[in-house]
Amino acid sequence: MSESRKNYVRPLDLKEGRVDMAHGSGGRAMAQLIDEIFARHLGNDYLAQGDDGALLPAPGGGRLVLATDAHVVSPLFFPGGDIGCLAVHGTINDVAVMGARPLYLAASFILEEGFKFADLSRIVQSMAAAAKAAGVPVVTGDTKVVERGKGDGVFITTTGVGVVPPGRELSGRQARPGDAILVSGTLGDHGMAIMAERESLGFASPIVSDTAALHELVAALQDSGADLHVLRDPTRGGLATTLNEIARQSGVGMMLQEKALPVNPAVNAACEFLGLDPLYVANEGKLVAICAEKDANKLLAALRAHPLGRQAAIIGSVHDDPHHFVQMTTALGGRRIVDWLSGEQLPRIC
Amino acid sequence: MKYIDEFRDGDLARGLAEAIRRAANPARRYHFMEFCGGHTHAISRYGISDLLPANVRMIHGPGCPVCVLPIGRVDQAIRLALEQGVTLCAYGDCLRVPASNGLSLQKAKARGGDVRMVYSSMDAVALAQKHPEKQVVFFAIGFETTTPPTAVAIQQAAALGLPNFSVLCCHVLTPSAIASILESPEVRQWGTVPLDGFIGPAHVSTIIGSRPYEFFAEEYQKPVVIAGFEPLDVMQAIRMLIRQVNEGRAEVENEFTRAVDRAGNVKAQRLVAEVFELRKSFEWRGLGALPYSALRIRHDYGEYDAERRFSLAYRPVPDHKACECGAILRGVKRPRDCKLFATVCTPENPVGSCMVSSEGACAAHYTYGRHKDSQATHD
Repeated sequence: MSESRKNYVRPLDLKEGRVDMAHGSGGRAMAQLIDEIFARHLGNDYLAQGDDGALLPAPGGGRLVLATDAHVVSPLFFPGGDIGCLAVHGTINDVAVMGARPLYLAASFILEEGFKFADLSRIVQSMAAAAKAAGVPVVTGDTKVVERGKGDGVFITTTGVGVVPPGRELSGRQARPGDAILVSGTLGDHGMAIMAERESLGFASPIVSDTAALHELVAALQDSGADLHVLRDPTRGGLATTLNEIARQSGVGMMLQEKALPVNPAVNAACEFLGLDPLYVANEGKLVAICAEKDANKLLAALRAHPLGRQAAIIGSVHDDPHHFVQMTTALGGRRIVDWLSGEQLPRIC
Repeated sequence: MKYIDEFRDGDLARGLAEAIRRAANPARRYHFMEFCGGHTHAISRYGISDLLPANVRMIHGPGCPVCVLPIGRVDQAIRLALEQGVTLCAYGDCLRVPASNGLSLQKAKARGGDVRMVYSSMDAVALAQKHPEKQVVFFAIGFETTTPPTAVAIQQAAALGLPNFSVLCCHVLTPSAIASILESPEVRQWGTVPLDGFIGPAHVSTIIGSRPYEFFAEEYQKPVVIAGFEPLDVMQAIRMLIRQVNEGRAEVENEFTRAVDRAGNVKAQRLVAEVFELRKSFEWRGLGALPYSALRIRHDYGEYDAERRFSLAYRPVPDHKACECGAILRGVKRPRDCKLFATVCTPENPVGSCMVSSEGACAAHYTYGRHKDSQATHD
């Protein structure tokens, strides 16, 4: 077999092609869209970092992180949160996983004609509470209204800025063969809470979104003294997609242990019922941490000492692999690839 | 999860793997086809091939509902959505099946078609009730497992007198596909596809029972073991098949006794017979036109038949020339034998239908097993 098979991607059809839902699912289709349209035209050294935020030199010395995130969740209110607190947490997390201390947020609202003031007020109060609890204020914003039918109630984009303390170096490009891979808790809670809430499914579930601001947990990890290489919050596309992104950025392979993956039994059951895989379901309050192997237990202890990391686990390790495959030893003892999410995660028929 | 974790136990799996290794005669090779995509998925997802001895090989069969759906049928559904302005409801897996002109239902949706993913045929009925101003069409695909729910939806629509609901019926029959494989020259005449037995369907067999497979065991002298979709079910079935081969038996055995009996679900069978009748011929992707291999809606329920309501003509469309889905579905080739595999054909841009669903042989190999190809080249 020729080597060209390895990472071949058929280019986007820029003449006839159109955006479909797969381009927003966080998987390979989205990575391609970003590469072939956004990075191609907007490309610069900072964009090329390829992380969830950009690490920038601050005028006058020091380093800044800038991150932005658009929130389009449906339903707007779900068990464990709503679009308001989610918009605050999501951007704080993107800033924090770059090793930065988040300082300020900006928020843009796109409102649909006819949206109830009561709902908007509830959402903004939730944002305010989340921002206050995190100690990261929303300091500027923008509001636009679109005609009925051209929005989904409310879309919120938040942008965050933070400063990186001297000597800290975190990026998706720093995973090294031998490193340990940890997660801060159970997988898939947010995505399944949203899916269970959608009316067409019609089943009641005790699953609650894990939406949370992770910057204090990140600070605790950095203070632990562990030799930390990569932090990332595995949101859309789930843990599997995040690990594949890191493997690609760092030019390494990974091996996970299926038995070690923490999954809430209710999430597991709901995934089973719908034919989904928790590895691909979104999280909004979890971290992936990759550190030097010798510090794995130290980092695990630091995670577990924090309320947001009680169910943390060491789930695998980083390896040399020219193909950059993320693989897994299954609970049965076999081996398989844990691939990027392709398309949207769709339920199987049989 | 209770009643599920028991069938995924690693220690039991290792014990079974050891039993399979002991049972397999090192002097011969064993080739078994798992008919169902559900089994293909389990084998790939749990890495079962790694637990089997080198002389036991699994061949992925055509029992993946979206894989056998021909381009012409997806084209019909797309035409309904784009040209007739209907609300087209389909199961999730169907949305990405490649059709003509580079389209799929998902891409038709991006071009303005009202395409909805549903979890159940009854969701489509509910949608028709809620939107009396819209024509709602349910794209009914799948083997015997998904047929009874479609029958229920049609009867329900009839009871409600819903004038805006209809079904594009593409339900197919498992025994016809098995017969097609066993009758293929590669198996029967030339023997180029060695086939020592089948793992019989899990969910399909809960409906049709184990009786329909008795003919295959007797006429073609191929053992069949009906198995559940959990990894230990599959391993136990492989062990039972090896025993039959070693003892020179060709019988229908049932590993999945917790859900399947000989007669099947008689009530469901009756329901299906009330609403559907056999089609004289139906085109399958990869297998061609097979006689009496699919169902259509009976005349009594004709007003719920989308083909009649919208006067849909069927136009067969050939697959991409280099696509090997047909040969792969018949077990003649493996995914990596196809030139398009992992080059122009990937889960993001599937050329053939086997690359669409994670139950399809190509997608399962791409998603879970292609690391083995690179090892094979390095070795």
